[in-house]
Formats: sequence, C-alpha cells, structure tokens
Amino acid sequence: MVTARAETAAEPASLHVRDVSKAFRRADGVRVEALDRVTLDVAAGEMVALIGPSGCGKSTLLRMIAGLERPTSGSLRVGSRPIEGPGAERGLMFQDPNLFPWKTVRRNIETGPAARGVLREHRAEVDEYLRLTGLEPFADSYPHQLSGGMAQRAALARALINHPKVLLLDEPLGALDQFTRMRMQDEVVRIWRARRTTTVLVTHDIDEALYMCDRIVVMTPRPGRIERVMDVPLERPRHRNDPRFLELRSEILEMMHLAGDDRAEVEAEAEGDAP
Amino acid sequence: MATILAEPSAPTPAHVDPDGAERGRGLSSPAWAPAPAVAAALTLALHLALPDRQPPSSGRMFVGLMAAMLAGSLAMAALRRTSGKLGAWARYRSPLAAGIILTLAAWDLLTLKLAWLPMPYFPDPERVLGAMWEDRDALGLSAFHSLRLLACGYAAGAAAGLACGIVIGWSRSARYWGMPLLKLVGPIPATAYVPLAMVMFPDAFASGVALIAVAVWFPVTMLTCSGVADVPAAYLDVARTLGAGRAHLIFRVALPSALPSVFLGLFMGMGAAFLTLIVAETLGVSSGLGWYLKWKQGYLEYPHVYAALVIMSLFFSGLMTLLFKARDRAMGWQKGAIRW
Repeated sequence: MVTARAETAAEPASLHVRDVSKAFRRADGVRVEALDRVTLDVAAGEMVALIGPSGCGKSTLLRMIAGLERPTSGSLRVGSRPIEGPGAERGLMFQDPNLFPWKTVRRNIETGPAARGVLREHRAEVDEYLRLTGLEPFADSYPHQLSGGMAQRAALARALINHPKVLLLDEPLGALDQFTRMRMQDEVVRIWRARRTTTVLVTHDIDEALYMCDRIVVMTPRPGRIERVMDVPLERPRHRNDPRFLELRSEILEMMHLAGDDRAEVEAEAEGDAP
Repeated sequence: MATILAEPSAPTPAHVDPDGAERGRGLSSPAWAPAPAVAAALTLALHLALPDRQPPSSGRMFVGLMAAMLAGSLAMAALRRTSGKLGAWARYRSPLAAGIILTLAAWDLLTLKLAWLPMPYFPDPERVLGAMWEDRDALGLSAFHSLRLLACGYAAGAAAGLACGIVIGWSRSARYWGMPLLKLVGPIPATAYVPLAMVMFPDAFASGVALIAVAVWFPVTMLTCSGVADVPAAYLDVARTLGAGRAHLIFRVALPSALPSVFLGLFMGMGAAFLTLIVAETLGVSSGLGWYLKWKQGYLEYPHVYAALVIMSLFFSGLMTLLFKARDRAMGWQKGAIRW
C-alpha cells in the first residue's frame, strides 16, 4: 500500500490550456493543423482522460503540456506558471515504457532524483517505490529481462518518484494484455487516490477512461478539436459492470458515431490504433 | 575488424554439457580424448627419429616444448573426466590442442626434416624458439617500448575521438562544420602523415604518438558521433521530463546509449593503431617490436623475425582481449553480445 512518505507528494497543481493551436509542416511542405484552439482546464487533483481517434492531436497536446513541444499559438500553464519547457514537475509516461536499457530497474527509478542531484535524500524512497510497484525482486534486473507489465510499472515508479504536480500518461497501458492492463488500471487509480496528483490520461480505450477518470475529453481529428467534455458521475471505487458504467459507455460510443460519418470507421478507430 | 567481431563464440561452459549430456558427440566426443597426447608423442617421435636435412641447431628447445605439450595433453585428458568449468574446457578444446601440436609438427617437418622451404627465410621451430630465448631481453624491451608508444597514442586518440564524436554528434552546428572536415580528413590513412609528423614533432616518440592518435581518432569520432546522434528521441524526452539538464542528457543518456557504437569505433581504432604502430616504429622510432622486426630483417636473421611475430601476435591479441573485457564490463546490460 502507499506509505506515508509516498503521500507527502508535491501539492497537485491545476492545469490550464488556453486557445492552443499547433501546426506542423510535413516533409512535402504541406501545413497540417494538429490542434485548433484547444481550451481545457484541469483542476488540481483531478484525473482527466483525453480520448479520440488517431490524428486528433491528443498526444501532441500531452507533449505540449510536458513541454516537449511548443504551441504555434495559445498558452499553457501549471497553476499560475507558464509552461516553457520540460521539467520534473510534469511527469510523462509513454505507451512504450522507454526504460533505459543500460540501467537496472533500480537505477532507472533513480534517474529523476539523480538528474536533479537529490538522489542522496531520496535513496530510501527508491526502495519504497520498488516495493510499491512490486519490483523489489527485480531491482537489479535489466529492462530486457522484464515482462511488459513489470517494465510499465518500473516506468510508473520512475515518473512518480519525482513527485510531479501533474502526471501525463500517454496510452501507458496500451501495449499490455487485457489482464495486466486491468490490474495496472487499478494500480494507477490506487496511487492516484493516495496522492491526488493531477493526471491527464491519453487513451484509445473508452472503458479505461470511464473506469479511471473524473472527466472525459472527447476530441475529433483534422484539425484536432475538443468535441465534448463529459463528467463521469460514478463514485469510487468503481465497478466495471456497474449498469451506469455501461450506460455512459454507450453514450460515448453513440457520440463518436455522430462525430464521424462512417460507422465502421469510427468503430475501428475506437478499437484502438497507432497514435 | 567486422570479421573479428562476428567470429562465432566458443560455447560457454553452460552450453558445453556440464552433465555430460553432449558427451559422445561432436568436438566434445570422448573419441578426441587421446588426440592431443597422440599428436605430441607422434611429433616427438618424428622429430627424434627422422634425420635433419637442414643444418641442425644445437638447442633442444623444441623437444622440451613438445615434452611440455605431451604433459599438458595428458593433464587435459585427465581433466576431461572432471565436471565443472575446466572439465568442459578440456573436452571442448582437445581437438584444437591436437591441431596446434600437429601444426608445429608440420612446420618442423617442412623445414628441418624435409627442407622443402628455402633457408634462411623459413627457419625451423627450434631456431625460432632459440632466437626468442637468446634475445629475450631485447624482445621484452621492444614489447615494452611498443606498449608505451601504443598506450600513449591510443589513449590520446580515443580521448580526442570521444570528445569530437560527442560534440559533433550532439550539436547541430558542430555537425554542420565538423562533418565535412571529418569526411575529407578522416579517410586519409594515418601513415600518410609520416612526412608531416616528422617535422611537426620534436622527437620520434612524439610523432609516433601523434600518428597513432590520428589513426585511432577517426573511427572513434565517426562511430561515437553516429551513436550519439542516433540516440532514440524517446530516451531524451523521458530524461527531460524527469528533470535532466544538458550534461545529464549528454553523459548519462546519449553516451551510454551510444556505447555499442563507441566500442565498435574503439575496436576499429585499435586495429588502425596496431598498423600505425608498426609503420611508425619501422620508419622513425628506434625501438619497439616493429623496429626490431626491421632490424633483424636487415641482418637476414629470420629466426628473430619470426620470434618477433610470435610476440606481436600474443601482444596484440592480448590487447584486443583486454578491450573485449572492458566492453563486456561496460555493456553487461546488453543481451547476446559477441564474445572474443
């Protein structure tokens, strides 16, 4: 379970995206609008899902919040501070765990504190996170020796040990099998409930969004826009076969049918495809 | 160099049937057990029984060597029966030991016993062993001088190559200016700089160091650069969102990620360094194995030439082994690395 020390996280912060647009120029010179005037506010401690078909710019939006990309226009803030580049206060986790293959699990988790020069103070915490994620027996293993679920847990621990004010999850469970995936969803929710870190989850999976998040932001592609923002009025802990859960699910599906003009296409996209 | 890296590895003891499961098949078959001893005994018998057709030398070192080989072969045959690492090694290496002994026998036959190869260019093993023993001080000193020159040149070249490779691989503007220079200057063989090195440096040693450093510098720069430039963007993104600054990104992310490529450069650099070392020693530097070789060739003392070649083989092979060991240590995280 989450221990006292892990709960002493940095204060979660609100997140503000104002009129953010992003355009790329493709290799052939054609200008592509990835995002068009997106505005979104996430309250401190809230968990919000971004869903939508590929090409709707949800990963781009997440990368801009992480500071890895700059918007073409508009502004992004964490609390009252504008986002000007990547930083430890906004942790990011990808679909591919992207563990450093030359480091053991322990050293991977230590990366954040080591990079910020505060490893000495955080050493005890590393053990705590190894325990928290059930990776203690694999502390000295290298990433290629881990299963997909274990690697993703290590990546989660690596992001969490920095106590980010905002946690950005870019389809973090997308590559896992159904079984591992559901267990990881519970794990992430459990940690989130203990720490109340403001979380933005990009996902293809409507069930995952409903099960985990307070609000669901539905996006449409070309150019990426926010179609609708839905509250998820289900109390926690949630149940996957709660009738109201299924109701909300069909509501979203219906809405996404309306968003596209070809039913089969929308279904295929909702199934999950490459980002 | 690529062929050296691609050389199939000897199976580790773990692969070589610790339980004797594989016994009875292939190179570890018990049929090979007496092979080394039989080969050594046969060689001894032929050497002692056949008349010499070349003027014999007085020494008895070949007999001594073969006697030692025979004793070693018997020890190996005994070891084959034991379990564990040494036993597995003895089972797997018996055919090779026999092969080595028979090669020495063939050499002895072709030269001393049959005189099919012309003297003084192809001396018999006895003469080479004698030369090695008689001139051991000079050979040892030469090896030491070679090592000193090589170590200085290699260290300087590798350090400069690493620094250049990191800068050119990391910085876009450094790449813009550095790459064309690298492409034009790099491929010139270091030995082509001999006329320059001789006038630019105060003494032969310094110019030798410079030549070797240049030879090592190019492949190390090139491969470090490509390794650093090809770091997966995702690793850098992850590190940035974890709070990594530029120094951390370069030395803790880009460089470790580039290590496989860096070591490839270090291996290629080592090959180039050996070549340049020998050329430098035969041209200007008046010491070292290359110089010894040239000197003995001048006096037609071919037994000494061969002695120097044997020492060189051990010397260079030993250094390569050291570099492979260093690589294995630095890259233990990699699965399926090639062994030396």
